[in-house]
Amino acid sequence: MSDPAAIGLAIDSTTAEELSAGQATPTGTGGGGSTDKPRGLLGDAWHDLRRKPMFWIAGAFILLFIVMAAFPSLFTSKDPGYAVLERSRQGPSSSAWFGYDVQGADLYARVIYGTRASLLVAVLSTVGTVVFGSLIGIIAGFRGGWPDSLLSRIADIFFGIPFLLGAIVILFTLNPPGANRSEFTVLMIVVTSLVVLSWPVSMRVMRASVLATRNADYIVAARALGASTSRIVMRHLLPNCLAPALVYSTILLGSFIGAEATLSYLGVGLKAPTQSWGIMVAESQDYLRVSPQLLLFPAAFLVVAVLSFVTMGEAVREALDPKLR
Amino acid sequence: MTEPILQVTDLVKHYPVTRGVVFQRTIGHVRAVDGVTIELKAGETLGVVGESGCGKSTLSRVLMNLEKPTSGSVKYRGKEIFGLRGAELKKMRRQIQLVMQDPYTSLNPRMTVGDLIGEPFEIHPDVAPKRDRRGKVQELLEVVGLNPEHINRYPHQFSGGQRQRIGIARALALRPEIIVCDEPVSALDVSIQAQVMNLLGRLQKDFGLAYIFIAHDLSVVRHLSDRVAVMYLGKIVETGTEDQIYERPTHPYTQALLSAVPVPDPMSRQTKKIIRLVGDVPSPVNPPSGCRFRTRCWKAQEICATQEPELIDRAEDRHPSACHFAEAREIVVSHEAGTS
Repeated sequence: MSDPAAIGLAIDSTTAEELSAGQATPTGTGGGGSTDKPRGLLGDAWHDLRRKPMFWIAGAFILLFIVMAAFPSLFTSKDPGYAVLERSRQGPSSSAWFGYDVQGADLYARVIYGTRASLLVAVLSTVGTVVFGSLIGIIAGFRGGWPDSLLSRIADIFFGIPFLLGAIVILFTLNPPGANRSEFTVLMIVVTSLVVLSWPVSMRVMRASVLATRNADYIVAARALGASTSRIVMRHLLPNCLAPALVYSTILLGSFIGAEATLSYLGVGLKAPTQSWGIMVAESQDYLRVSPQLLLFPAAFLVVAVLSFVTMGEAVREALDPKLR
Repeated sequence: MTEPILQVTDLVKHYPVTRGVVFQRTIGHVRAVDGVTIELKAGETLGVVGESGCGKSTLSRVLMNLEKPTSGSVKYRGKEIFGLRGAELKKMRRQIQLVMQDPYTSLNPRMTVGDLIGEPFEIHPDVAPKRDRRGKVQELLEVVGLNPEHINRYPHQFSGGQRQRIGIARALALRPEIIVCDEPVSALDVSIQAQVMNLLGRLQKDFGLAYIFIAHDLSVVRHLSDRVAVMYLGKIVETGTEDQIYERPTHPYTQALLSAVPVPDPMSRQTKKIIRLVGDVPSPVNPPSGCRFRTRCWKAQEICATQEPELIDRAEDRHPSACHFAEAREIVVSHEAGTS
């Protein structure tokens, strides 16, 4: 089984990235309070975030999903793998809130237990894609010249690989049918293949905004002051280039849950007994007309999860832009 | 006071013009700065004027060591600045600071004023200990005439003039000897221009600063400068004291520039002789042979095309002027003068 700490880790690294992208002001965490105390961008952003209801609502949902992923047994006492064929596709009832699936397993339990794999894949792939792509994008955009040409061409090569075909090839090679890999290994292989195939877009996004910002007057001014390259990147370039990457990553999150579902459906991704929303959505499609609840319940969870992350990303992006305050 | 602190000798900056996508060929050079020799003494102001595209901003960037020159040298207190690395370069940067043209783009929009003005202290931590920094920043805000309580505001909450004051405070933070002002007031309203100019003048007196003041507006330069250098197509065509340049210019380009300065007195305006230059500034990729101004000069003769006039003292008035036919010409510029 995958360890729940991994989710916490993934979330941590997102926020850490946002943090380091702002500025490391010593007074940053203090927040608002007196107007006389010097504040930095991060302090102001936090001060602003605290007063946004959308931030708290999205945060609460994300927290709920994290707890759900870490301790699914808190939410249900049923075993998602226990199936009795005679209750196949029974509708919602007091004994099974969401009804039963085709195999006769409790749908609610499956949705709860599916949170972990779905979120892990989505969050890890998003973080991996955005961090790796942005890093390459910053290097390419900031260095320019031949490193830029080289990295851009490499990105073009990966960009040219059809997503689904590439993923099938990678997964078949690394996780051939019959190889009894552990659940966590399969999950990491799925994450890796998603990252490998989708980093070029986030690299392009980051490179474009770095190129637009690189020659800004305030960067020249920082150089004239004698600022080091790392300082220019961390304090001047990143905070001003982050917004597009942040927006893109929230969109990416939803599409990765879908991508995981597609791969599972094709039989190269996660496999039973692993539970995931993607697997459930894929399974439901044959019974869409007769038992729509098979699709609706996992899809509802998926939508709420994606929406929470999108809202959170939006709130953070707005908070980091002083002009929108 | 007489020893020059900044010596610029034969400074040349050419930008290659390339063609081709994969195999780039250099098909020419933009001669942005083409052999500039100036010097700056401690506490004085050197004005550099010229129309757009004559290489003024490139000159400022090369002086700031933001771009490597093609050839020539810039010596700060006898030390060549382009050879400096690491700690030495950092030390030099402390002494030469820059105020940029556009106050709307020269401040990072995501930093508070406190962070912006405090940044020089963070880059050069030995200037001020950490606990003194906030006080220093507020002191600087006061010096440039801003409210020290606005330390937590962001640049977009200020007007253009106030932003330029923030830029000046940032340049001032390290107590430099030289401030290069690259058209510091051209983006501001005229009323605000005067305020910022007066601020620069006051700071010079208080801190003993030397300015290299780059502008395209002659009257703005006159207000501050001790000496003026007139640039045309990457070269200095005339230099002299403020009085020599404004009252007794000998180079036809300077005369043309001065004649274009608006005169607030309608009586003298009627009698003023305006020299209208025809045509555009020639391309710096392919400047005219000999004297670069000859294509637009009414005095041009055969010799101007073949022989480049040197920047030497001319008989007419004892200051360097790069014209074969340098002569004084009466021009109405000063606000008081009304003769023609």
